[in-house]
Amino acid sequence: MTNSWTDIKNTDLVVIMGGNAAEAHPCGFKWVTEAKANRGAKLIVVDPRFTRSASVADFYAPIRQGTDIAFLLGVINYCIGNDKVQWDYVKAFTNAPYIIKEGFGYQDGLFTGYDEERRDYNRSTWDYELGDDGYVKSDLEHPRSVWNLLKKHVSVYTPEMVERICGTPKDKFLKVAQMISECSTPTKTMTSMYALGWTQHSKGSQNIRAMAMLQLILGNIGVRGGGMNALRGHSNIQGLTDLGLMSNLIPGYLTIPTEKEATLDTYMSTRGFKPLRPNQMSYWQNYKKFFVSFQKAMWGNAATAENSFAYDYLPKLDVPSYDMLRIMELMHQGKVNGYMCQGFNPLLSAPNRKKLTAAFAKLKFLVVMDPLQTETARFWQNHGEYNDVPTSSIQTEVIELPSTCFAEDEGSLVNSGRWLQWHWAGGTPPGEARHDTWIMAQIFQRLKALYQKEGGPAPEPIVNLSWNYKDPNDPTPEELAREINGSALEDVADPNDPTKLVLQKGKQLATFALLRDDGKTAAGCWIYTGCFTEAGNMMARRSTSDPDATGAYSNWAFSWPANRRILYNRASADINGKPWDDSRKLLWWDGAKWTGYDIPDIGPTMKPTEVGPFIMNPEGTSRLFTRGMMRDGPFPAHYEPFESPVANVIAPKVRGNPVARVFKGDMEQFGDAKEFPYAATSYRLTEHFHFWTKHSQVNASMQPEFFVEISEQLAKEKNIANGGWVRVWSKRGSVKAKAVVTKRIQPLTCDGKTVHVVGIPLHWGFMGETKKGFGPNSLTPYVGDANIETPEYKAFLVDIEPTTGPVA
Amino acid sequence: MNMELSRRQFMKGVSVGIAGTTLGALGFGDIEEAFASSIRPWKLANLTETRNTCTYCSVACGIIMYSKGDLKKGEKADIVHIEGDPDHPTNRGTLCPKGAGLLDIVHAKTRTLYPQIRKPGSDKFERVSWDQALDRVARLMKDDRDKNFIAKNSDGVTVNRWLTTGFLAASATTNETAWATYKVVRSAGMLAFDNQARV
Repeated sequence: MTNSWTDIKNTDLVVIMGGNAAEAHPCGFKWVTEAKANRGAKLIVVDPRFTRSASVADFYAPIRQGTDIAFLLGVINYCIGNDKVQWDYVKAFTNAPYIIKEGFGYQDGLFTGYDEERRDYNRSTWDYELGDDGYVKSDLEHPRSVWNLLKKHVSVYTPEMVERICGTPKDKFLKVAQMISECSTPTKTMTSMYALGWTQHSKGSQNIRAMAMLQLILGNIGVRGGGMNALRGHSNIQGLTDLGLMSNLIPGYLTIPTEKEATLDTYMSTRGFKPLRPNQMSYWQNYKKFFVSFQKAMWGNAATAENSFAYDYLPKLDVPSYDMLRIMELMHQGKVNGYMCQGFNPLLSAPNRKKLTAAFAKLKFLVVMDPLQTETARFWQNHGEYNDVPTSSIQTEVIELPSTCFAEDEGSLVNSGRWLQWHWAGGTPPGEARHDTWIMAQIFQRLKALYQKEGGPAPEPIVNLSWNYKDPNDPTPEELAREINGSALEDVADPNDPTKLVLQKGKQLATFALLRDDGKTAAGCWIYTGCFTEAGNMMARRSTSDPDATGAYSNWAFSWPANRRILYNRASADINGKPWDDSRKLLWWDGAKWTGYDIPDIGPTMKPTEVGPFIMNPEGTSRLFTRGMMRDGPFPAHYEPFESPVANVIAPKVRGNPVARVFKGDMEQFGDAKEFPYAATSYRLTEHFHFWTKHSQVNASMQPEFFVEISEQLAKEKNIANGGWVRVWSKRGSVKAKAVVTKRIQPLTCDGKTVHVVGIPLHWGFMGETKKGFGPNSLTPYVGDANIETPEYKAFLVDIEPTTGPVA
Repeated sequence: MNMELSRRQFMKGVSVGIAGTTLGALGFGDIEEAFASSIRPWKLANLTETRNTCTYCSVACGIIMYSKGDLKKGEKADIVHIEGDPDHPTNRGTLCPKGAGLLDIVHAKTRTLYPQIRKPGSDKFERVSWDQALDRVARLMKDDRDKNFIAKNSDGVTVNRWLTTGFLAASATTNETAWATYKVVRSAGMLAFDNQARV
């Protein structure tokens, strides 16, 4: 989230699209209710299903899953055409006026530079034209200005076209567009609340970009009650992402080097961006300070200036990433021997379960650390039709390690609003369950001892890993938190006055502004610096004070970065530093400095007319055109899901996202609409959380059994009774379920064709207190988003027929 | 740091006060409410309260866990009740149907209790000691890393990567677990590293 849950009360319009907060995030959704009750805010829900969020909406519009970009670009087209643009914001704070290189274009669904063979673009034309001074040329009226290119790009998404693609009736689309467009005034804000409904598509990142662009055009980023608010999933999914537990990340959104970056200098040459406009902060200029401090946190004294701060200790990538889909593909090919799952149940959460089972069976060993008995740890057990595997022929050694659950553990979690909240342990772990920190320390200590005793390839990164805990066998949460925050390794003097000490050796750092690139500071994750300072554990703060009831709660826990509650908050005031809306002010320029309710994004004394609010971008502005930073285009464009009930009406020759990665063999496993006529989507229920709550008796009682949801029309067509058994199958698998026949799903008409939607909730497996069942991953295709490889769970094709129930 | 003492004392005082007033004001007209109110101070007095966060979604509702026994004093602590934290700015004491069932997941029958190993081809898990399990994990990792570690690529560039073993991290663990995990996984040279951010 750019904003926070408690900030939603400040909004005038909530758009829930690509999510279902009332059911998936019920206690956060209360802030929508609050805004409706106290501010008269309106709620719009756009979803293929009439969800519980929709049931309390002021306006609901149906949409076919996988067509959100067409809808959103349609709204942008409406706003431009009707001059519903917050011009002062757009001109000052976005890249709308910047000129794009000659040669850039878009035709038949493809941008310039497409290579069909490689399923990739040469993105060299997707960039700014630079002047002789090295800065971006700016002229809003220029035919190749971002604004004029955008205007042209979205012009095809007329209300009629939106109806053809999305199945949203034109009048309903226009009502939504009109309500949204009203938020283009400086005194009206809209908030976007989205979740997996947008991310789990082969163009998920571009779904989100499309809304972000709309929010910028309306001037809704950086303001109270505005923002792009990813509701997010697991309780610490934000933290795990911040801390870089992904193939290609280093904590704080730094990146793992590729093998083309053989030295630290080469690595740094494409990072640490210089400003593209005069006077801009371009905060990534400090990249090396964050990186070197991270290396020092990892390898301490072994990371020296002489060895480029142990740059060689980091593994180097030969592909963009070894994400879950790639590694399971390699497993399927028999190229992976070991896999370790910590609190993760991939047998139910990765796509194409049949492929996964075959992949796991090729492993030599599988280690599962979990508080619950997962299906993954039991993939080799035969559970009849729910897991029909030849146990004795599976040669994988499986080791299950019992870990503690939240109630027995201490530490911090990051909520979707970026608050790091500390929690305390209150229960004794059952049996021999141990903390994950203890388990990881134990594994590490043993591995290190083996390398010290036996030697082996590249032992240095392991034996030199900084591990200075009081009890190396059991680091405490507090010790680890202090290390994440960072400290001074040596005394540091003021660069302008060597007699003045700015940092004292051994002290915790108060802010990431103190980090150094010379090895004098260490910090595990620079964006968290400030969370555990000399003043103590800031994440444990519990003050409920909220001056003037802005919803900031600045002394409750710690919000990254720098305890900032709303990102890009300088944009809450106009170019002169005057708040757009006096009744909802956040920051303002008092003539000498920035002041207000939040920690300013930009330097507190930086003049409003000179320094832009989007400090991480070298432009200082936000991007309506993303240059070459996304693989599938500098603007979003409509692409159908890989399995779609209709052809792409804008680009009939393009299947799916033209640059999404598809492994050999998986393309053949995509079904077509002739064989699989129905558009399926996966979703979650109010009573369940993923595959955990099926282990909880009370939740299992509330929703005991797997079902699929279909319209009355489809039920009639296929002779399916409400509560009757059905078989649902895709090109990759088949499941049996009870049918819930409902008015909540209605057939759509897309390009003249009737499209039936089949809803498939995801909470069942073969362990726990519920009846045994299946999940959507038995059916879903093995393809991910073109930029970040999130599997396409929300739009795929199935067939359905009545069947008989399982044999008792 | 557990619950702040001042708040606990405050709550105790308030609860006793309410119980008295409720009984006085309503007589015995609303037996149920009066009964609940009369129990409340005893719950606060006899149980240990601990602040925690709901383990499910990232709304991250504040919760208060009530246990028999105090973990901080080294006692065995059995959690008997969990409710929303009324002081939490986001949820203000409320919980959803997922969070309202937290007690049952803490005490689920299907919690893992002991390290177990399933041997190749076997149809069952066998209980082992922690030492046996961890020694085995370290041995398997070491052997695979030694055999398949890539120190340099074909161009002679130092790449120090280990691709034949992967790690999936848990998005409901703490930042502190995540950091410890990051250190161990990366220092070993693993690149097949992911979490639930995508699913």
